[in-house]
Amino acid sequence: MQTNRFARGMSDYQIKMAFIMPTMILLILMNIFPLLWSLFLSFHRYKASMPTEAKYIGVKNYTRLLSDPDVWGYFRTTAYFVVLAVTAQFFIGFGLALLLNRKFYGKGLVTTLLLLPMMLSPVVVGLFWRFILASDNSGILNFFLDIFLKSPIRWTTDPNIAMIAVVIVDTWMWSPFMMLISLAGLSAVPKSLYEAADVDRASGWFKFRRITLPLVSPLLLIALLFRTMDAFKMFDIVYVLTREGGPGTVTETVSMNLYKLAFRNFNTGKACAMAYILLIIIVAMSNIYVKYLNKVKEEA
Amino acid sequence: MNKFSIITLLILSVVMVCMPFTADAQETLTIVWAEWDPANYLQELSKDFTAETGINVDVVQIPWGNFQDKVFTAFVGKSKLYDIVIGDSQWLGRNSVGGHYIDMTDWINENIDVDKIYGPAMTAFAEYPKGSKKYWALPAEVDAAGYVYRKDLFENPKEMKAFSDKYGYALAPPKTYEQLRDVAEFFTRPEQDLYGIATWYSKEYDGISMGFQQVMWSYGASYGDSENYKVDGYINSKDAEKALDYYTDLLKFAPPDAPNYYWQETLNAYISGKVAMGMNYFAFFPGVVNKESNPISHDKSGFFIAPAGPKGHYISIGGQGMSISNYSENKDIAKQYMKWFMQKPVQEKWAKLGGFTPYKEVLQSDTFKNATPFNKAFAESFPYLRDFWAVPEYAELLEVCQTNWSEAISKIKTAKEALNNIARKHEEIFEDAGYYD
Repeated sequence: MQTNRFARGMSDYQIKMAFIMPTMILLILMNIFPLLWSLFLSFHRYKASMPTEAKYIGVKNYTRLLSDPDVWGYFRTTAYFVVLAVTAQFFIGFGLALLLNRKFYGKGLVTTLLLLPMMLSPVVVGLFWRFILASDNSGILNFFLDIFLKSPIRWTTDPNIAMIAVVIVDTWMWSPFMMLISLAGLSAVPKSLYEAADVDRASGWFKFRRITLPLVSPLLLIALLFRTMDAFKMFDIVYVLTREGGPGTVTETVSMNLYKLAFRNFNTGKACAMAYILLIIIVAMSNIYVKYLNKVKEEA
Repeated sequence: MNKFSIITLLILSVVMVCMPFTADAQETLTIVWAEWDPANYLQELSKDFTAETGINVDVVQIPWGNFQDKVFTAFVGKSKLYDIVIGDSQWLGRNSVGGHYIDMTDWINENIDVDKIYGPAMTAFAEYPKGSKKYWALPAEVDAAGYVYRKDLFENPKEMKAFSDKYGYALAPPKTYEQLRDVAEFFTRPEQDLYGIATWYSKEYDGISMGFQQVMWSYGASYGDSENYKVDGYINSKDAEKALDYYTDLLKFAPPDAPNYYWQETLNAYISGKVAMGMNYFAFFPGVVNKESNPISHDKSGFFIAPAGPKGHYISIGGQGMSISNYSENKDIAKQYMKWFMQKPVQEKWAKLGGFTPYKEVLQSDTFKNATPFNKAFAESFPYLRDFWAVPEYAELLEVCQTNWSEAISKIKTAKEALNNIARKHEEIFEDAGYYD
């Protein structure tokens, strides 16, 4: 047989390489090369829209970005959003998971319905929430709140409220993700532990604190890690809902600003430097999470 | 299966595969423009070109908010997707220096009678650097910012008397920004869901800049010195501060969502009867006088030119020029189309369809001025038109203005802080680009 002869002709190492190489080539072309190329560009004055060559300027892109108070403002805005949104999603998602972690009629349907928001495109979510949150009489939320309020809430145009609006929308969309991971953790807790606690007449709070939380926490931390990393890159909802991070820069996240720098101004060198600063922050935060996760696992 | 059957099958397969290509072999010229009525008019007009030449014309429309981003990204990727780009006047610098538009100077001098094109339009939409007589486009659509108002409210005797009693002069379309403020204040009645004015405050693309810059110029300030690119002392002058305070104050007489208002929202606010006056580019006004899109006030709408300020009268220029993409494979067809487009009969039809022709004779004719209820005010605006920077760095300069002016009207920054920040950043951008070397 032709195939056998062909296979016999290859060493174990060659077969191993034949399987690995396509993935490696793809990884190098799509991930490693752009990563290194963008690092190279971050030290240059370069605009992709202009025919001029990249000019080496050392760390000037980094120093200019880090000494720009506006850039620090975008980081503060992003951090504020991450803390508010991820905290809200954590409590709502975990709370929903606790409610769903019991048998009741129509549980499957309720779970599916609750998961729907996270299956939608963020742009679509941003667009329909833009209509829901409109401040004039076309906004359905203000239409209902009109009974209680004297004047409509300017959800996306009041600088004091716009961030809350973005957090509400992101929480609506991503709490189901927290719920799903928490539910997976909760269903893995052995029932025998609760039965033993019941025999000892342990209170509900005691069972939650001593059984549920310690056993679910590793999964919760993973969910938190994913959501934090994702929230730090918040772009789509802000782009659509608050029209590119308005009012002013109240909801302008780092990613939103990065998009403008890279694809509107085509300030490619500076945008690459900004992307690297963002990458370093996300990697540092992930490391802190992972270390804490390992500690929790050891304790568990 | 014998050899003959195999060969027959093979030939049939090849013919079937080739068939769609044969059917599509007719040449197609792709024009990209923003998504708005004039693009529909151009698609309609281009049917005549197809009838004459057999060449299909496809006018691709991109929503305004993404228009620039999409076209520029295509240019960076050297995309052959678009043959003709109908781009904003500010794009000229970046796309000519960047090598994305082809230099049309020689071709225009040989094939187009430039004297027949409205001079300021040629300068604004075709020439870069200004005054160099180097052309990168042909004007396609001339436009200006203007105002629409509710004639039924303005001409209501009760309203007229009440206004006159309160302000001491007759209620009429405002001629100055002070009058505009008074009228806007007068019609602001939130309990009736009626507000005085809808104007551009949006942070999207060029929203607040196009709305505010004409106020800034008319108050005596400017973006900077176009000779030496100095900005400090111009854009952050006392006049600019007063203008920005005025524009922020005007928000009190606008609907609650007004900080998000761009062309669509402004138009919707007027059409839904929510405001007494609305600022927009004239090219958006056909929807205002259309009974289907504006059942409330299509026959009760009047139009006036943007008011004068205490130190001058300037109006934001709109409109776009028609350029040929350097990456197009149909450059000759594109030139053929542009030559056809600039003929008088075609321009007359362009104007009749609703396009704002750059052809001087047609533009200044009474037929054009009386063609729509707003053409007269549009024609009156010409002497006052001014533009944003058209340098290659315009997008960065615009972005800084958008962000800081948006912060000022939201009271996150004071007018002074916002303007000083713009001045600092604009000079930084010019310095980086080597303008001060």
